[in-house]
Amino acid sequence: MFYPVELLANWLTLSIFSITPKTLLAETVNFFIYDTVKIFILLSVIIFVVSIVRSFLPPEKIRLILSHKNKYLGNILASLLGIITPFCSCSAIPLFLGFIQAGVPLGTTFSFLVASPMINEVALVLLLGMFGWKIALIYVASGLVIAILSGIAIDKMKVENLVESFVYQNQANLKTDLPNMKCPDRFSYAKNYTLDIIKKVWPYIIVGIGLGAWIHGYVPTDFLARYAGSDKWYAVPFAVLIGIPLYSNAAGIIPLVSALTEKGVAMGTTLAFMMAVTALSLPEFMILKRVMKTKLILIFAGIVGIGIIFTGYIFNWLLGIR
Amino acid sequence: MIIQVFGSGCPTCKKLFDLTNKAIAELNLNTSVEYITDIQKIIDLGVMSSPVLAINNKPIIVGFVPDLEKIKTAITNNL
Repeated sequence: MFYPVELLANWLTLSIFSITPKTLLAETVNFFIYDTVKIFILLSVIIFVVSIVRSFLPPEKIRLILSHKNKYLGNILASLLGIITPFCSCSAIPLFLGFIQAGVPLGTTFSFLVASPMINEVALVLLLGMFGWKIALIYVASGLVIAILSGIAIDKMKVENLVESFVYQNQANLKTDLPNMKCPDRFSYAKNYTLDIIKKVWPYIIVGIGLGAWIHGYVPTDFLARYAGSDKWYAVPFAVLIGIPLYSNAAGIIPLVSALTEKGVAMGTTLAFMMAVTALSLPEFMILKRVMKTKLILIFAGIVGIGIIFTGYIFNWLLGIR
Repeated sequence: MIIQVFGSGCPTCKKLFDLTNKAIAELNLNTSVEYITDIQKIIDLGVMSSPVLAINNKPIIVGFVPDLEKIKTAITNNL
């Protein structure tokens, strides 16, 4: 599918930059050009398509769907709908208030809050481009399971008293007359949104792929296996811990870790690391403090963190036997 | 006419506020834009994404920042 990109990368490396073929440098440059072009093509297409879908399903409609569903079905739906919703930490509070005050159960709201940042289109594109569809699918499926189960666990714990009291004192206005979007509006929305995201993430991606290409070419294979191979039990929790403060750089981290797996970091550890980067974000926790007590944030982070570590071990074990 | 921009204080919301100010200046409208960061007000409006541009308490633009021309048409259509 990306054969023309391969040709372009070869042509640029050998004819334009006139690097001697079959050298380490030629391979590294080629790798960098190929991956960068491929990722940006995937980003433009997938974000555009997701934005069009999203223009039909804004959070206000999602809320209406979720406020009528029973609990378990609600958790599943909330996690699925979280996939198409973009998540920047600045929308965490309006989403949380809007859901709770419309009568969406707390557990369902949390399922959405977990899935929405963890399974986002940028991460999806990078996983698809750097790891292939199998790993992307594993990531999405385990992300959904974690989101659904975390929501159910929070629901069972009956922690509504840990939400700031003002949240339950208000009722959301459900009579939304959202501005009507016509076909050209959807297109221009999707185009603007795609450009916006690409403008935001491109430096991280270039740096990530650049470092990845360098590691790919110059770091010996299996160099990291003795520190982070699947037989090292501490690698997974350690990867999750360092993933927490890295949220804003998720776009650059995925190409980087794809190079690290090549050098011996076990796949489950890599998955856990990427999930921690996207789902456990320090800035988001700070913002959530405005609507819930610290204890609830810790419970939330704890449950999701345990889910991620568990996923890491499972896939280290499953993918380790080859 | 009441023109309001609602946001959670993020840079995107500030951008919509600035553009809206520019739009009413270019349209020579004798009104000012109110910038509201109380998130509860967004919920009371019935929406859940920020930023929001509302004219006379009706949400016109929700969840994204369009270009200046779009804001101008949106304002003139809802006067």
